[in-house]
Amino acid sequence: MKKTKQVLTGAEIFFECLRLENVEYIFGYPGGAVLKIYEKLYDVDFLKHILVRHEQGAMHMAEGYAKASGKVGVVLVTSGPGATNTVTGITDAYLDSVPVVIFTGQVSSHLIGKDAFQEADIVGITRPITKHNFLVRDIHELASTIRKAFYLASTGKPGPVLVDLPKDIMAQECEFEYPEMVELRGYKPVYYGHASQIKKAAEKLRSAKRPLLYVGGGVIMSGGTRELQLLAKENNFPVTMTLQGLGAFPGTDEQSLGMLGMHGTYWANKAISNCDVLVALGARFDDRVTGNVNTFAQNAFKIHIDIDPAAIDKNVTVDLPIVGDVKHVIAELAAELNNTTDYSEWWSEINSWRDECPLDYEDNDGRLRVEYVIEKLSNITKGEAVVVTDVGQHQMWTAQYYKFVHPRSNLTSGGLGTMGFSVPAAIGAYFASPGKPVISLSGDGGFQMNMQELITAAAHKLPIKFFILNNSFLGMVRQWQELFHAEKFSFTDLSASNPDFVKLAEALGCKAWSTDNPREVEDCLDKAFAYNDGPVVVEFKVVREEMVFPMVPAGASVENMMVKRLNNQQ
Amino acid sequence: MKRTITVLLENRFGAFNRVATLFSGKGFNLNSISIGETEDPSISRMTLVTSGEDKVFDQIIKQLNRLIDTIKVVDLSTEPSVIRELALITVHYKKANRAEIYNLCAIFEGKVVDITNKSLTLEITGPPDKIDAAINTLGSYGIIEMARTGTVALKRGQQERIYKTTQLPNHS
Repeated sequence: MKKTKQVLTGAEIFFECLRLENVEYIFGYPGGAVLKIYEKLYDVDFLKHILVRHEQGAMHMAEGYAKASGKVGVVLVTSGPGATNTVTGITDAYLDSVPVVIFTGQVSSHLIGKDAFQEADIVGITRPITKHNFLVRDIHELASTIRKAFYLASTGKPGPVLVDLPKDIMAQECEFEYPEMVELRGYKPVYYGHASQIKKAAEKLRSAKRPLLYVGGGVIMSGGTRELQLLAKENNFPVTMTLQGLGAFPGTDEQSLGMLGMHGTYWANKAISNCDVLVALGARFDDRVTGNVNTFAQNAFKIHIDIDPAAIDKNVTVDLPIVGDVKHVIAELAAELNNTTDYSEWWSEINSWRDECPLDYEDNDGRLRVEYVIEKLSNITKGEAVVVTDVGQHQMWTAQYYKFVHPRSNLTSGGLGTMGFSVPAAIGAYFASPGKPVISLSGDGGFQMNMQELITAAAHKLPIKFFILNNSFLGMVRQWQELFHAEKFSFTDLSASNPDFVKLAEALGCKAWSTDNPREVEDCLDKAFAYNDGPVVVEFKVVREEMVFPMVPAGASVENMMVKRLNNQQ
Repeated sequence: MKRTITVLLENRFGAFNRVATLFSGKGFNLNSISIGETEDPSISRMTLVTSGEDKVFDQIIKQLNRLIDTIKVVDLSTEPSVIRELALITVHYKKANRAEIYNLCAIFEGKVVDITNKSLTLEITGPPDKIDAAINTLGSYGIIEMARTGTVALKRGQQERIYKTTQLPNHS
């Protein structure tokens, strides 16, 4: 007997699909082209719609939600300006491989191409910044397109997928059927690594005297952190992580060398330059990691494990590529290894670098520094929090001084370096992990880029801790100006124009206070963690001219680190 | 070094644009591009001629494969293949050299497809280097206009079907 199918409108099909994809939250903003969808949303109760204050905020919230939960984040915006406002966030998600599905309204089919009101060719605009995108041109393709969008966003190397929905199609009707299978003949991610390549990698590792694991965000995305920890612990391998990799291996563990690269630890970068076998796991040899690619790990046999074949040999030519899901490949590699090598000589070398140049800052002059705040935060939370950073100096200090112990507890904009990420992303992260403390860290510059979303946080009474590290400078740009641009502090000084952050936060519906005294930091933090009836904003007025060290100048070899300011006169 | 790649693409709205966007966005060289239907109407075949170092070429192949609408990418530079291009070339002629141009056309196995009292239009087909040679030779008579199709290519011999043609479940 033929199953009778329901006849539904486009808007109803849209929500049926979202229900079947187990969508819990939509981050969105209504407008003309999505009115039909919002009309239906009024009666939908299986998901919660979070009304943002700017569409860029919706994108970063969806990213924060996706990064913290591992599920697909969902955005719904209108056509034209609604759609174009998501572009920065989509690019951010693309560069950091965050699974997000973006639904944009579009003008009615017969108006497409006519420069209609609020028309933008968002499919054309986002083609190079999405994993894939679709314009739904026929209501019969609506359900299968949504199915494909969620499938593409969440499988293989994850990424943003955009679905453009013309207004008229949302009002049309057709029989609804959600396809059980999606056939995409051009899309076949490889999950299991080649067995003989894994064997070779194991052989190489067995003969290594100075092995090193270089761990990227891919390990967290694949859910392979347990496998990584087993591999590292059983074999006593040193582990260094990229900015996105932090949290994959506990920062409190002795085997963690912390972050590598431009602002990585001295000993991690030394280890990179001196290792004899380097295993890159779900990492992509980003220029902020490698510095000069020709001298990066030049003494090492390089093994690269990644799910994206195009990542292999893209930046650094490797000796042994293994294409596959890192979680599976690590497990197989660990099983194959059977390793009993003693690395005590290698470890004593690493530990001597650790002693030679530890992370360090001035904490005796009674002035407040970001490093101190982050260290306190790390001690108080013990890694049991979701920490969402913005971009710049405080982001690097967080990577250096906060000890991440869990995957998905370190959320940051890495690839694109999007200022304004933290405030909205923390809101998304909160919905993904209710009950866990969620901390948003921003500089005073980045905070002002999406501070309107504090209103969203206040509207939902979210107990998020928004911390502003205020040096009244665009600190990282200022640092480069001091070091490489003749100390011309061109347009980086915000001191004359910054708002009163406490008044501002209060006006937006948050509790707020401020300090510039290191002795008050603990109190301020305790007070912030004790208040859970809504968002809290704490402004830390910090030393203005502090710089992040160590630093590998752009394009230099990672061995050539600047370890401190040459003429320290603070 | 010039290299020829053939790409089987979903015959779908925007698929061609994705390839073009990829080349411009990544700064890859593109010498010629041609696209048309195949024996399967749901698939189009694109032939690309590109040039660059081996490392760049390796990335081109990988990035093409990464596109969701790409079904198969074959590097024909390393395979025995048939590579052809068609050119239409309009040249000046005078009574005195008309026969000469006809002779040249015959040498290149071309056809005269149009004639006026001042100009001749020739159609020449063959591998791209043959077209280059014809254009060089005809240049001395004065080329008025020219159009080249870009390269099309197929691997020699019968190919096993490498792609499934399963469709998504029908909704109607």
